[in-house]
This record gives sequence, C-alpha cells and structure tokens, in this order.
Amino acid sequence: MYDTTRPETAVSQQDTKISARNVQVYYGEKQAIKDVNVEILDKTVTAFIGPSGCGKSTFLRCINRMNDTIDIARIEGEIRLDGEDVYDRRVDPVQLRAKVGMVFQKPNPFPKSIYDNVAYGPRIHGLSRNKADLDGIVEKALRGAALWNEVKDRLHEPGTGLSGGQQQRLCIARAVATAPEVLLMDEPCSALDPIATSQVEELIDQLREQFSVVIVTHSMQQAARVSQKTAFFHLGNLVEYGDTDDIFTKPQDSRTEAYISGRIG
Amino acid sequence: MSLSWALLVSLGLACAGYLIGRRRAFAVAGPDVRRLHSRPTYHGFSVALTSFIAGLAVMFIATILRMTGTLDVYAGPIWGWIVLAAAILGLVWGATRIDSGYKARNAVERMVMGVLMLCSMIAILTTAAIVLSLIFETGHFFQLYDWKDFFFGTEWTPRFQGESELGILPLLWGTLYISFIALLVSVPIGLFAAIYMSEYASPKVRSFAKPLIELLAGIPTIVYGLFALMTVGPLLRDYFAQPMGLGNSGSSVLTAGLVMGIMLIPFVSSLSDDIINAVPQSLRDGALGLGSTPSETVRQVVLPAALPGVVGAVLLAASRAIGETMIVVLGAGAAAQMSVNPFEAMTTITVKIVSQLTGDSDFNSPEALVAFALGLTLFVITLALNIVALYIVRKYREQYE
Amino acid sequence: MTDLPLSQPGAARTDKAGSLLAQDARIKSRNAAEKRFRTYGATAIGIAVLALVVLLVTIIGNGAGAFRQSYLTLPVTLDAELIDPEGNRDPTEMSQILTLSYGRVLDQAVQDAISAQNIQIEGLVEDDIRGLISREASSQVRNRVLEDPELVGQTVEFNVLAGGRIDGYFKNRVTMESAERDGNTSPAQLMLADALKERGMLVTRFNWNFLTNPDASDQRPEAAGVGVAILGSLYMMLVVLVLAVPIGVAASIYLEEFAPKNRLTDIIEVNISNLAAVPSIVFGILGLAAFINFAGLPQSAPIVGGLVLTLMTLPTIIISTRAALKAVPPSIRDAALGVGASKMQSVFHHVLPLAMPGILTGTIIGLAQALGETAPLLLIGMVAFVTEYPDPLPQGLFDPASALPVQVYNWTQRSDPAFFERASGAIIILLIFLLCMNLLAIYLRRKFERRW
Repeated sequence: MYDTTRPETAVSQQDTKISARNVQVYYGEKQAIKDVNVEILDKTVTAFIGPSGCGKSTFLRCINRMNDTIDIARIEGEIRLDGEDVYDRRVDPVQLRAKVGMVFQKPNPFPKSIYDNVAYGPRIHGLSRNKADLDGIVEKALRGAALWNEVKDRLHEPGTGLSGGQQQRLCIARAVATAPEVLLMDEPCSALDPIATSQVEELIDQLREQFSVVIVTHSMQQAARVSQKTAFFHLGNLVEYGDTDDIFTKPQDSRTEAYISGRIG
Repeated sequence: MSLSWALLVSLGLACAGYLIGRRRAFAVAGPDVRRLHSRPTYHGFSVALTSFIAGLAVMFIATILRMTGTLDVYAGPIWGWIVLAAAILGLVWGATRIDSGYKARNAVERMVMGVLMLCSMIAILTTAAIVLSLIFETGHFFQLYDWKDFFFGTEWTPRFQGESELGILPLLWGTLYISFIALLVSVPIGLFAAIYMSEYASPKVRSFAKPLIELLAGIPTIVYGLFALMTVGPLLRDYFAQPMGLGNSGSSVLTAGLVMGIMLIPFVSSLSDDIINAVPQSLRDGALGLGSTPSETVRQVVLPAALPGVVGAVLLAASRAIGETMIVVLGAGAAAQMSVNPFEAMTTITVKIVSQLTGDSDFNSPEALVAFALGLTLFVITLALNIVALYIVRKYREQYE
Repeated sequence: MTDLPLSQPGAARTDKAGSLLAQDARIKSRNAAEKRFRTYGATAIGIAVLALVVLLVTIIGNGAGAFRQSYLTLPVTLDAELIDPEGNRDPTEMSQILTLSYGRVLDQAVQDAISAQNIQIEGLVEDDIRGLISREASSQVRNRVLEDPELVGQTVEFNVLAGGRIDGYFKNRVTMESAERDGNTSPAQLMLADALKERGMLVTRFNWNFLTNPDASDQRPEAAGVGVAILGSLYMMLVVLVLAVPIGVAASIYLEEFAPKNRLTDIIEVNISNLAAVPSIVFGILGLAAFINFAGLPQSAPIVGGLVLTLMTLPTIIISTRAALKAVPPSIRDAALGVGASKMQSVFHHVLPLAMPGILTGTIIGLAQALGETAPLLLIGMVAFVTEYPDPLPQGLFDPASALPVQVYNWTQRSDPAFFERASGAIIILLIFLLCMNLLAIYLRRKFERRW
C-alpha cells in the first residue's frame, strides 16, 4: 500500500475552506486565544494538537459559533467560510451550524431511537421531501458512519442503548446526515476504547473524501494517523501549522519539538 | 408540684448532676486526669443525663396515663414529686458509678444516640397518628352513615336536625375542577418561565426575575385567599360573568382556580427548573451543533428527555392543589354542586372539612364526623399522588446521575 | 468495511449552494418560530411577576388604611347625674353603671360641640350624632372615670375613636352616594364630619392601636386590632422553635450520620418526604383528634397550635438540615476520626458547627412557613373570638389566643367592609414579619457562605 494520505502535491492544489484572521477569544477578562491565523483546506483532515487548556477546543468551537452559548465569551477577528465571515451580523448561527457540523468529546445521542437520532438534522433542516427520502438519508448516513450493518435491524431502539463506540459513530452519522461542508470533531475518541477508536479513525479517513474535517485531539499518534495538516496550539497561541509529516519530523519551533518529544504537555 | 415545675426542677437537678459528676471524677482521678477512661466532662454529662432521663421517663408515663384516663387529671402534684424523686435517684445512681475505669464517654454516647434515634422516629409516629386518628373517627362516621351513600352520593346537604345527605361526589367534582383550572394556569406558565430562565435569560434578568418568582412561593395561602376574595372574584364577576350572563357570584371555580394557579407557578417552575437543569449540557450541544435553533433544542431534545420529571412535578402540583385550603375557603364558595360553568360557586373537600369542624355541630354527630372521612379521602388521594410523583422524579434523577 | 462510501443526498446539495449571508424561506420561518417561543417564555415570566405586583399592590392598597384612623377630640362634660346617680364617687357603685349611660354623656358632648362651633347641617338627626363616635368610646370614657372618680362633674378633653363609617369616609371607602343607601350613616352625618374636620376636631392619624388592640365585635371595626393575634403567633412560634428545631436537628443527625442502611431508615426517609407533602389541613385534623379530643388540651390554645405547627414544620427542617449536613465534605469527618475522635465527637465538634448556617437558614424558612399557616389552626379552634390577652408564659400557652393569619380569615367572615381593610392591614404586618425572617435567612446564608 503506497501512501495516499499525505500527497504533497494534492494538498497544495486544494482550496481554502476556512480562513481565520487575527482571532482573539476572551472568557471575561481572561484571553483564551491570542491572535490565531490559519487556513483550513477543503477535503482534508486537519488536526489541532497541544497540551490541555491550550485553546484548541475553544478555537474549534469558534468555527461554528458554539461559543455563542457561553455568556461571557467574546470573539474578535474574523473567520471566513468560503469567503464569508461567520461572525457577520447577518449570519444566522443556525444556518452556519447546518454547514459546519460538530461531533463532541462524549457521545451524546438524544434519548430517541437510532433512526430519529440520525433523522433529526435532516428533519429540522427540511432535507427530505418524504419518508422514503428520509429513510434513504438515514441509511446513507449510517453506512457512511460504518454503523449500518450493526444497527439496521434495530433502528427503532433507543440510541442510548448502544455501546460507547457505536454511540460515537451514531453521533457522527447524525452529523453527516445533515450534509455539512465541514465537520468539527472535539476529541471524538477520548471516551472510547482502542478498538472503537480505530473504527472511528478509519471513518474519519473516509469522510475526508466528502468534506473538510477538523479534529481536536490530545493524542499525537492519532493526529499522525488521521491528519494531513496539523496545528500546534500552546497557551492560546497557534505555534506552528503545516503538513503533519513536517510537524512530526522536523518541527520549526522549539515548543512544538518539546511537546512532540514529550517534554511539555 | 405541677408537672411543668417538676420539669424545670429536674433540669436544675441535671445541671447540678453535671457539676457533681465532674467534681467526683476529678476527685477519683487525683493529680493525674489521664488515669480516667473518659474526660471529667463526660462523667458530668453521664450523671446529668441519667438524672434527667429518669425524670423525663416518669413524666412521660404520667402524661400517657393521664391522656388515657387511667389517671385523674388532678393527680398532677403527686406525680410531680414522683418525677423529682426519680430524678434524684438517677442522679445518685449516676454519681456512684464514677470510677477511673468507668467508660463515661461510651455511656453518654449511647444515651445521646438513643435520643437521636427517638427523634427520628417522630416522623413515623406523626404519620401513624394521622392515619390512626383519621381511620378511628372515620370508623365512627361509617357506623352512623352508610359508606356507600358517602362515596357515591351526589347530594351534599348537611342539616342540624339530622337526616343529612353527605355524598362526597359534588365536593370531589369541585376539588378536581378547581385543581384542573389551577394546573391549566400554573403548568404552562411555570414551565415556560423555567425554560426561559434556564435557556434564554441573561444572568441579569435571571438574578432579577428568579427571586421575584420565588417570592410568590413564600407568600402564605391566606394572602392568596384574600386576593381571590377581594380582587379576583369581583373582577371576574363584574367583567366576565355578569356581562356574559353566566352568574352573579364573586366566589367561583374560576376565581379559586386562577389564584391557586398563581400560587402554584413558583412551585411548578422551581421543580421544572431543577429537572431541566438535570438534562446534560452535552445533549443541548449536540442539538445546537446540528444547527437546531434553541427552541427546537428545547422542544425536541430537552423536554422529551425531561418529560418524566416534568410529569412528576405536575403530579406534585396537583397534590398541592387538591389539598389547598385557604384559597378555596375564601375564593370558591360553599355551594356543593356539580356544574360545568366555571363562573359558579362550587366547593371542595377541604372547604367542607373546615366548615363541618368549625361549625356548631355536635362532635359525635355524622355532620361533624364526616370531616374525618373527607380528611381520610384527601389524605389517601394526595398520598397516592405524592408517592407516584416522588417515585417518577427519583427514577428520573437516577437516569442522569 | 462493507459500508458503501457516502454520497450526498440530492436535496442537500441545493441547500449547500446558498450563501451564509442570505436567509432562505425555511430559516426565516424557523427563526420566526424561535422568536415566538422566546416570547412565550418572556410572557410567562411577565405574567408571574405581574401577578406578584398586582397581589402586593392591591393588598397594600387595601390594607394601608388600617394603619390610619380618625379620632375626634372634644370636651366631655361628665354629668354626675348620669354616671354617678348616688353622688358619692364610690368606684364600686359606679362600676354598676353600664357603658350605655356613658354613651349618652358622649352624645351630649357632641351636641354641645356642634352648638359651640355653630355648625348647622340640614337633616341632621339624633342617630347621626350617635353614630359619629365609635361605640368603643363609651367604654374608654368609663374606664377613665372609674380610674379617677374625681373627674365626675368636670369637663374633660377626650380623644375618642370616630365611628367606622366616618373613618371610612375619610379613607374614601364611604362616599356621599353610598351613604344615602346605607342605614348606618347619612350624608348629613358625613357633612357634620367634614365640618368637624375643618375645625380641627376630627383628625386622621397613625393608628398604633391597630397593632396593640385585641379583636373587636362586629359593630366596632374601628377598634379592632391584631395585638392578641401577634402575641398568639409569637407564643406558637416559641413552641415551634423549642420543639421542632432540636427534634428536627437530632433526627437529621441520626439519619444522615449514624443510621444504618436498613428497611427502617428507608421507611423513615420515605415517610419524611411524604409528610412534607401532606396537605396542611390534615395536620389540623390530627391536632383536633390527638391533642384536643384525646389528650384533652384546651381549644384555641397556642400550645396546641404550636404542637400542630411543629409536626408540620419538622419535615421541612429535617430536609434542609440533612442537605446542610450532606454539604460538609467527608474529609472533615475523616480528619476528626484520624486524630482519635469518636464518631459522635466528630459530628458534634466538627460537622454540626460547619453545617450550622444551612441549618439556621432552613429553620427560619420553616418558621416562616409555620407563621403563615392558617388551615390547621382553624380546626383547633383558633378562630374563636378572643378579646383577652393570654397570660405571660408559660401559663399563657394554655389560654385562648388567636393567630395573625387566622385573624385575617376571621375578619373576612364579617359583614362590615371595614373589616376587609383590617384583614389587609393584618396581612401587611404578617408579610413584614415574613420579609424580615427571609432577609435574616438570606443574610445568614451570605455571611456564612463557605466554599469547600
């Protein structure tokens, strides 16, 4: 098997999906993100790594404006999705989040059936014209999340009854069913065992074919396995951003080197 | 010596016992207090407690005997002296036990533990007393009045001279009708208020509105009753009932129901608030992350997840409404009838308990005793609602713990 | 992996093409629904707050009048023929003379005042003059004279209560129109009152007597006060404080710290939470059956009321005390046990003092609940008409008394609307007490708030 995951030339040809300029985030008086600039490419897996509390999750949550739900959070700078500033006053965060889906650290299936969990997004966004249409979307999403074969006979049982790894894949299917352009994943494997983790990682690799994936992880190995681009955050700063291979083999910054060699974090 | 004086004197004896016990303990210990098993203070407490408990026990027995009529009410003074004698005996016995090896601390702790345990039994005793007194007097009532007529009678016309019709159904109808209106008012308002507080309100609004709503909960029901009688009743009569030709009564089902609804708003909203907050934030994030609006999140994810808890809260509110007295006494009227017109005066179980027991009826007549049968019915209904509701709420809490 | 690679559903593609800055129809309607939902929530809060405001404003508006009262100052000639026919100034003989005669003395005094001030009003009849002064006034004059018999025959300046209708006129409860239809007053009487007011003989001023007077009979709302009711409530609160607090705290300590996990403690726990939700009137039935009929305690006595309220308040106190004990971290207990304290010592020396602020707050809230409770007290006879102050403690616990909320109920059952004003006034006093208690609870919670 030759290395398809990190073709140098392919990356350079891809379009920019998200571009962040001078992003600052404050929680009350405390500054959590300091002047971050980054370009995230389409149809690529980008990993955010760094020690805990470095701001990588905070920055991730800025992209689909999940920080809006926190009263004391304040954001400066601009984040553009396909050239449109997501913090523009005219932008409806609801519409934004339909385009930028999110998967969370802990699997959080709704207390509904497996089917209703996956159908939730398409229903609220009106993506299906009829029942058959919706069935199709659900099946495709579950297949896409590599869960179809495991749950096809019990679609109407509660989603909370699945195992941890299955629940997380259900949450991914739920996000995929909404047909996002970007999928944000906030440490999606931290609550999973190694087997479930490898299933989810395999899935992430497949998802890259349809849209851009941004994954926050505290595991450097995971970043190395799944991503083509890596951003290293430290104390609210974006220290280094580049091809995953380069970051792990020839880091430019001493802090990056200290982190990947295990001396900090 | 009257019992209350005996109580005071034995308290004094206990204090003396404390001092005596401590002195003796120091004397026994000699120069080195460490020779004692327990600190001298414990020896003091041990003497004080033996003395006081002995006195109290005798007094308790005397009171019981007096209540059951075995003992003449005027025999108090003699018993006062007996109480005192017991207390002194206890003191002397306690004092003679002091010795360097005597485990005074353990003895004191055992006695204190006994007292603590007795206190925790009072809850059971209260329930038992409620059940017993209700059943006992209800039994009396059913000897004088047929139970079938009581439970299935549709007429409520108590008369002084006897021959009363005492059917519970009109009262039950009034009770349920008023409670239904109260829930109709309080559940949507309380629930929406709780949702707004927990999902929308800015911290500033919350810090202002929440105490105000809690203030409603601290207002005694008599105040709501007066509000119903003086303000809401006349208002409904003059602006709704009379123009629409539906009645001329200030006291009505709607008056009592509306005011009771207001009373229940804080109850429903604080219960719902707890329940909504128990729904994990991750579920909200999940829904918001998929691009649902906050209201879609509440309606389609938070509320379905909180449903059992909300049902429990509604049942608790219903139990409150059914047992509420002052608002209906002042707002609902006294006419026992089964009508569907909410502007008419109707009456409830609690109103009739009050009127039958505060009237001039002879206590042993069925007209007075019926109040106990009504009380028992009320107790059983509210107890059943509470047990079911508490069970549901507890199950719900466990689910998210 | 056997699953097929995902391909996007067609419907979604068209959706994706849209710009973030433009809202499509669907988003617009969803946002409208969002706004509606939000409005419902805000409306609900608005209704609740509005209800609170209307409730308080009407009660205070109706009750404020009770704190002001109209008094008439006039010289009274104490005619010896009427009040001391024997002429020997012997107090024992004079006490035979009833208030009726003093009423005549007063009527004469008003007549005199009218002619002295040269007031002329058409259609003024004798009944109008009589009704000008409260019936309470005659006994007031009588008491004064019996205290000091030397006053007989002299002309003394008296400050007496004006009648209820006159008082109502100055508080806008009675108007000229309503007076025409009212058998107890007349426009002429009101005009007389106006004239007296102009001449400074009739004044409306702050009514201390409302706070200190006992209840008064149906015909004399102007003399009724909440003195006995406040004292009765105070006595009952003392009983609750002395019984409910130690028992409640002891029970909570046992259940939270010592009780083994077995069936019995389970039953006790379920019992307590159910007892907290038993309707208060059931406690009244219990009080009637157990304390009055069975134990033979007197009706209307604060001791019975106190006992009933104690049983009612216990669950509240136990629940809040247990919460306070639970909030003390286990590390404190471990630390005490670690230096060789017994379990009981660790609880009484360390856990209990730390839980004290929480226990105090819970206790005050329980007491506030008990203070406002009405229904159970009705059943144990506290609704009786009591004009005598109960004795000082401890005998006073067994004397008949009233209670603030019951007094309110009592007054709502009277026919004269002046009593409604009294009832609202009594509520204001009750609410002030409750407010003070709650403020104290909040203060204690703030002051001793501890972060572990």
